[in-house]
Amino acid sequence: MSKIKVENLTKVFGKKPNRALSLLSENKSKAEILEKTGLTVGVNKASFEVQDGEIFVIMGLSGSGKSTLVRLLNRLIEPTQGSVYLNGNDLATVDQKTLRNIRRKDMSMVFQKFGLFPFRSILSNVEYGLEIQGVEKKQRTEKAMESLKLVGLVGYEDKYPDELSGGMQQRVGLARAFANDSDVLLMDEAFSALDPLIRKDMQDELLDLQETMKKTIIFITHDLDEALRIGDRITIMKDGKIVQIGTPEDILTNPADDYVEKFVEDVDRSKVYTASNVMMRPETVQPEREGPRVALQRMRENGISSIFAVKRNRELIGIVDASDVRKLVDEKQDDLTSAIKRDALKVVEMDTPVHDVIELTAETSYPIAVLEDGKLRGIIIRSSILAALSGKEVNLDD
Amino acid sequence: MTEAIPRIPLDEWTRSVVDWMTNADFIFDSIEQVISWVLQGLYWGMDLIPALLFIAILTAVTYFFAGRKIGLSAFVFFGLLLIVNLGFWDDMITMLSLILSATILSIVIGVPIGIWMAKSSTVEAIVKPILDFMQTMPAFVYLIPAVAFFGIGMEPGVIASVIFGMPPTIRLTNLGIREVSTEAIEAADAFGSTGAQKLFKVQLPMAKTTIMAGVNQTIMLSLSMVVIASMIGADGLGDIVYTAVGRNDVGSGFEAGLAIVVVAIILDRLTAGFGLRKRKS
Ligand SMILES: Nc1ncnc2c1ncn2[C@@H]1O[C@H](COP(=O)(O)OP(=O)(O)OP(=O)(O)O)[C@@H](O)[C@H]1O
Ligand SMILES: [Mg+2]
Repeated sequence: MSKIKVENLTKVFGKKPNRALSLLSENKSKAEILEKTGLTVGVNKASFEVQDGEIFVIMGLSGSGKSTLVRLLNRLIEPTQGSVYLNGNDLATVDQKTLRNIRRKDMSMVFQKFGLFPFRSILSNVEYGLEIQGVEKKQRTEKAMESLKLVGLVGYEDKYPDELSGGMQQRVGLARAFANDSDVLLMDEAFSALDPLIRKDMQDELLDLQETMKKTIIFITHDLDEALRIGDRITIMKDGKIVQIGTPEDILTNPADDYVEKFVEDVDRSKVYTASNVMMRPETVQPEREGPRVALQRMRENGISSIFAVKRNRELIGIVDASDVRKLVDEKQDDLTSAIKRDALKVVEMDTPVHDVIELTAETSYPIAVLEDGKLRGIIIRSSILAALSGKEVNLDD
Repeated sequence: MTEAIPRIPLDEWTRSVVDWMTNADFIFDSIEQVISWVLQGLYWGMDLIPALLFIAILTAVTYFFAGRKIGLSAFVFFGLLLIVNLGFWDDMITMLSLILSATILSIVIGVPIGIWMAKSSTVEAIVKPILDFMQTMPAFVYLIPAVAFFGIGMEPGVIASVIFGMPPTIRLTNLGIREVSTEAIEAADAFGSTGAQKLFKVQLPMAKTTIMAGVNQTIMLSLSMVVIASMIGADGLGDIVYTAVGRNDVGSGFEAGLAIVVVAIILDRLTAGFGLRKRKS
């Protein structure tokens, strides 16, 4: 069962929002509806599921409805239509008390502008969630300190928010959310206010924490690089509508429309693509049953100057050069084995980032072998990497 | 034809209105009683302390709680000594109990109304014009209903001061709460605060400085009412000024006026200082 399930979720801002619903079902655009009725469509029939332990990233341009969507999840904003299920329970139907309990125990939120309480010390800010649940002072202080330790802010507990830098304040916001021990974290542009260096640190920190804590995280950002770094799956929104949901790779390699394509245009693809995206089908010989003559013939046919030697089960043995093979042929030898070289060969795994593969290409004149469990799956040559990075010729299958 | 329309029961209505007035009279009486307790309690409490000790305490409070300003503390010390010297101490205490009663009542009534306004735009839309009306009406006019319902004396003086002085407290409570950042409110909600928790743990603390500015204005307005209130029998420094005006006695009028100014400055600085004091440090 999915942790969070959203069905047909819609929010229209303004008086008598129902006027917009029929227009929405006629597929009228946000702009048309605004013109006709004066109502603003915040979120338009969003549906998706988030799995337990997943980092689910929502991205989109300013005004595309990201904040509205995430606030619909904990009902800081009441939906006009549609439902949100948490662990299978429909949140729209719960009463205020249950909703409060869900907010206290099951979902915590981190805010873009921190949302700290300026008149409370850092410690008591972090304690807030527990305090309103009536947790005893001693116990909640303990918990809050633990959570401050997690974000590396021990020693600052008696300071006030305005005495901390932006990055530190954001970590207080994180600590406050962690202190509640809820399974679901809602993070609305939690890192957007930070400068790039701190931001990258925070992303790493979040990923580290996620390793151990295994929360379900809904993470909003309008920065694609951030989305690609931390997202297990990414949703792209436009004018309140979800235009695509997919893994980072899906989004990059298979943009649903021009809007998504625009988004991904200027990403550094080398950080996202893996060896499997840019490899080619390898030409091979099997020395167990094929000799120098076959090898030479195959190289000639394909116009290549070396060929990979594999076992019958495609396990990689090494590579042979055309010149060495010709020598064997001249000497009338039947066995290829003596010509096989292994040391000069560079190998990578299927999921090695292209970024790392590029570095290897400089160290060898042979194609790079892509292995899976020791078996040769493909080869990579410099030109195929360049083709992939320029946005062409990528392996989309698999 | 005339049988068809039932007779309008004017007599019955009149009787119930009279009944209601009797009840209302009881209400006015109890209001007066409460005010009188507050007044007497304050007077009794302040009168209990010898003048010099009172001055010493107030000077210390000024120094430690209003920003450690030596000049201001010195002003409090010598200003109050001057009042003792002029022989106005007892009148000053009387006036102070009137002002403080009015202020306490203004806070007790005004802050909840301000909170209510902040929570509901309908209430705000209704109360705002009433506040404008209350503030534009000449202060003298408040003496009329005060006397009509409560007779003459200190209590109606307090009532008139409350009506005249309360609007800033209401306004600034409303403003202060509405000014609390949406992020802080969202954070409070997102963590599952109840309405009361949100109010007492987030909104009121964040609005404190603004509310204190309102209270400060309320105190100043009540102070400006003391001379006017003496026209309906309120005692204190105001009464001395009022009598002096009647007798064309410039000397004692000036003395009492000066004493009022001293008290005004002290109250203003003190409450302004409290408002700015940000946090326990
Ligand atoms: N309280 C509100 N009342 C009316 N309209 C609103 C309200 N909140 C948001 N909107 C509208 O809903 C749409 C989506 O806004 P939202 O804040 O969700 O966008 P966003 O994707 O979070 O943008 P940003 O990246 O700037 O934070 C916008 O057109 C906005 O004007
Ligand atoms: Mg937003």
